[in-house]
Amino acid sequence: MAIPSPLIEAINITQTFDQKTVLSQVSLRIHPKEIVTLIGPNGAGKSTLLKILLGLTPPTSGQVKVKKGLKIGFMPQKIQIDAALPMSVERFLKLGFKPNQPTHNAQNHSLKKALKNLFFSAAYDSTRLKKITKELNLSALLKQPIQQVSGGEMQRILLARALIREPELLVLDEPVQGVDIKGQAELYQYINQIRHQYGCGILMVSHDLHIVMQHTDQVLCLNQHICCSGHPKKVSESPEYQTLFSSLATPSEGIAIYEHHHDPTTCEHTHGQTQDTIPPNDSKAG
Amino acid sequence: MAWFPEFMTLALIGGLGLALIAAPLGVFVVWQRQSYFGATLAHSALLGVSIGLFLETNLTLTVVVVSLLIAWAIFQLSHYKQLSSDTLLGILAHSSLAFGLIIISLQDSVQIDLMSYLFGDILSINTTDLGLIALIGVLIFFFYRKHWQDLLNITLNPELAHVEGVAVKKVQLQFILLLALMIALSMKIVGVLLVTSLLIIPAAAARRLANTPEKMLWISLVLASLSVLIGLWLSYVADLPTGPAIVMVATLFFLLLLTKKAP
Repeated sequence: MAIPSPLIEAINITQTFDQKTVLSQVSLRIHPKEIVTLIGPNGAGKSTLLKILLGLTPPTSGQVKVKKGLKIGFMPQKIQIDAALPMSVERFLKLGFKPNQPTHNAQNHSLKKALKNLFFSAAYDSTRLKKITKELNLSALLKQPIQQVSGGEMQRILLARALIREPELLVLDEPVQGVDIKGQAELYQYINQIRHQYGCGILMVSHDLHIVMQHTDQVLCLNQHICCSGHPKKVSESPEYQTLFSSLATPSEGIAIYEHHHDPTTCEHTHGQTQDTIPPNDSKAG
Repeated sequence: MAWFPEFMTLALIGGLGLALIAAPLGVFVVWQRQSYFGATLAHSALLGVSIGLFLETNLTLTVVVVSLLIAWAIFQLSHYKQLSSDTLLGILAHSSLAFGLIIISLQDSVQIDLMSYLFGDILSINTTDLGLIALIGVLIFFFYRKHWQDLLNITLNPELAHVEGVAVKKVQLQFILLLALMIALSMKIVGVLLVTSLLIIPAAAARRLANTPEKMLWISLVLASLSVLIGLWLSYVADLPTGPAIVMVATLFFLLLLTKKAP
């Protein structure tokens, strides 16, 4: 089977701000249907890397290659909406559609509708909206002002909005932030389902260094440079975490453990790893 | 009541036109918390007046040009991270006002009624102004027709909007330039010190009645128009200064609606 060409590829990205190196020679690629989890401590440059990948800031050096016409669904870490803006959750989601994007559901051509569409209301594919809101359990929230939803609800709303555009690449910035472990497991399972259902590649950022999504194909640990990468381990294979999860009485389905293997010659820090578990010459290749 | 004199007809048409262009800009000024930005542009408009007097050219033209330049400068400076935009706007607002006043004071041969620029003067409206207001009205109509959804998305989150394919900087710059044009032209009617209130008070009042962005726009259009019409009428019959009369009416609407719970 031929390897499909990557959706997005970063080659030797380096970013410096006022002579301070934030990212150094970072390379990564994401293929269709692939889930890549980017982890790293605070200040590791995760957000900067994300901004570069999304084209929001140009890197100091290096290159980002994006598949032509790539549709990206982006879920920002948080979003602050001024209370002065009257907006329902439903409207917020609908704004994710491209304006004037004709869909098969737009057959109703009454004069009133034409007048309404003259300005502001593009025809929306309401079936897709319904499907996604149902899957993410948002249907009951649709009429609520967006400023009044809880943090966990907002995460799901942002995910729904990212999905509405039928993205080929889904970029999720801390999707499980502020979500309890049970909610995390649910969200991870849904994300895994998305990958198969829509066939999109997924890049996820998390500040949790050890607990990652089970179905992640590749974990990249970033701390200015890519310290190590690899596959996560099932909770059941990790005795210390198994006891933790059983004591919490939560299902660990969907969640996995990532063990760091840092090369001590380039990385002086570890994340709870004892040096002797690190095999010599552990390469950075995943 | 006596038959309307011609200047009053001009003032009514001009004022109404102004209300119609102020409202759509005003809702975004409120949503994006840019009222201080509007105030800065208004202050700099006075610099335009004084430069116009100094060069003995058309005042409207110089006000428009200076406002556009200042708007462009603010837009560029907003990427400058060392000082907050709040501070930068404060510097620009008051330095341009100070320069404007100094340049005016240096010209002792020119008799200028500063009050009319600070607080507005209905007598000064002429047909050229009406033409310009109509022109911006058309520009704003097409801009909003094309970019309404983009503007909403930028207001929600500029980064998300960028990723979703909105030309964020371009749309923001166009919006700012339209705002500068509107402020430059409204100076004659409501005056430098009160321009911002025409932008934000009707929009803020409309928030109480609206549950969608579009409703807020339509309601603020109505409230702005009513404020201008009633304000002009009061100014005419009770000999009140025009700008303050308009702002007073708008504020009364705002206070009246404040008692109503937001939907």
